[in-house]
Amino acid sequence: MAVYSTNEFRSGLKVMLDGEPCSILDNEFVKPGKGQAFNRVKMRNLNTGRVWERTFKSGEQLEGADVMDHEMEYLYNDGEFYHFMDPKSFEQVQADLKAVGDASQWLKEQDLCTVTLYNGAPLSVTPPNFVELEIVETDPGLKGDTAQGGTKPARLSTGATVKVPLFITEGEVIRCDTRSGEYVSRVKS
Amino acid sequence: MSDWQPTASIDALKQRAALLNAIRGYFAERGVMEVETPLLASAPVTDPNIEAIATENPLGGEHPLWLQTSPEFAMKRLLVAGSGAIYQICKAFRRGESGARHNPEFTMLEWYRPELSLNELMDEVAGVIALALGDFPAVNKLSYRQVFKQYLNIDPHTASAAELAGLARQHLDVGFDSDDPDLWLQLLMSSVIEPALPAQNISMIYEFPATQAALAKIEDDDTGQPVARRFEAFYRGMELANGYDELQDASELIRRISRDHAQRQAAGQSRPPIDRYLLKAMQSGLPNCVGVAMGFDRLAMLACQAGRIDEVIAFPVSRV
Repeated sequence: MAVYSTNEFRSGLKVMLDGEPCSILDNEFVKPGKGQAFNRVKMRNLNTGRVWERTFKSGEQLEGADVMDHEMEYLYNDGEFYHFMDPKSFEQVQADLKAVGDASQWLKEQDLCTVTLYNGAPLSVTPPNFVELEIVETDPGLKGDTAQGGTKPARLSTGATVKVPLFITEGEVIRCDTRSGEYVSRVKS
Repeated sequence: MSDWQPTASIDALKQRAALLNAIRGYFAERGVMEVETPLLASAPVTDPNIEAIATENPLGGEHPLWLQTSPEFAMKRLLVAGSGAIYQICKAFRRGESGARHNPEFTMLEWYRPELSLNELMDEVAGVIALALGDFPAVNKLSYRQVFKQYLNIDPHTASAAELAGLARQHLDVGFDSDDPDLWLQLLMSSVIEPALPAQNISMIYEFPATQAALAKIEDDDTGQPVARRFEAFYRGMELANGYDELQDASELIRRISRDHAQRQAAGQSRPPIDRYLLKAMQSGLPNCVGVAMGFDRLAMLACQAGRIDEVIAFPVSRV
């Protein structure tokens, strides 16, 4: 694996620290008027999700982590594992719930997800930014209430619950932003 | 936003230009002469924490020339030649220094005052900071020992590397180790004390450890502890100036250069050539003087209330 020096630390770079794969979020160069320069580096541990700040001497090096993002199609859940397939090579990987995490509530078969592989095994799964899902349960719609006014909870086919406008009814397909977990619009069928 | 465009707004560049004018006026009033010295140098500084950028020799000679990391050596030669008080606003270059407050090419304001004391120089520096702010905040002058006692309850001149490392680890997640007390002092200063200094005041911190003297005189303080006659100026957690009661002893200069070289060799760094002209000039006798270097871009940041140096530089290194 390549080795990176503190001046190459950029947001998004994946490195190994204390045996754990970490993603660099921010890198601040700190130098006293005279003397040793330091880098204050904000990182996320990709195994635990912990975010913290570590101080390095400028010029210190870390080994890159074999962490790669792959666009993969979600196939199915066998009750224990979530299965994904590379649509070009047809290569499949299986991810456990720990790796899939909160993404599980947005996963629809055939949607393209970003699967982060560490040494070839799934470390995390990011759903598409926008998904179109069917509402399986919500209170009855209110006639005449179109755009403004309140919201109500609606449960989606994948398990997620989002707040939707009062006029939305069961069986409708809506577009959601998975990053904020919010309703975006109705999808005309 | 297209990447051909400046990162600084035109308004910020106007404020920068106005500040340049104000500074020139400030020194004209005080009878300090503006000078220009070459950006190219035959020998860079030997300080192990500053890396110069080598360039091809324009005359095709066998040795490279270096982009200056500060105009200090050339200005000292002028002082020896009898220039009297001088200042310069010029570009300086340092390899690898890039960040929210650093660009590898930056603008330095440096001046030397044969008539002033270090204490008077601190006041003059505060006056320049006030020009940038358009306001004169209160000035706090504290010794290096006082700030370490106040914020960390430790005497920086006597603490061991292990004690300082332990203190640093209480405040920061640090992966490296070192038996060099100065490294820990520099880390504690820049990462713990600096951010905690009162934001509304200009802080002048003076009497640094003798081991961090650079080219300042070393003298005993009132407790008999040898200290470097140096100060740094801070405002809003930002280091703005480095001032010195300038070392005059040429043989001490040679000893400090060889210490830098030894430290560089131990760390596997290159050992740059020694500036023979500076040595000769120092042997002729540098007048008793104080001198200071200020980051002009940081002053412009204060004038523009900018959080990043890119906001006051037309084209930072990422856009050249």
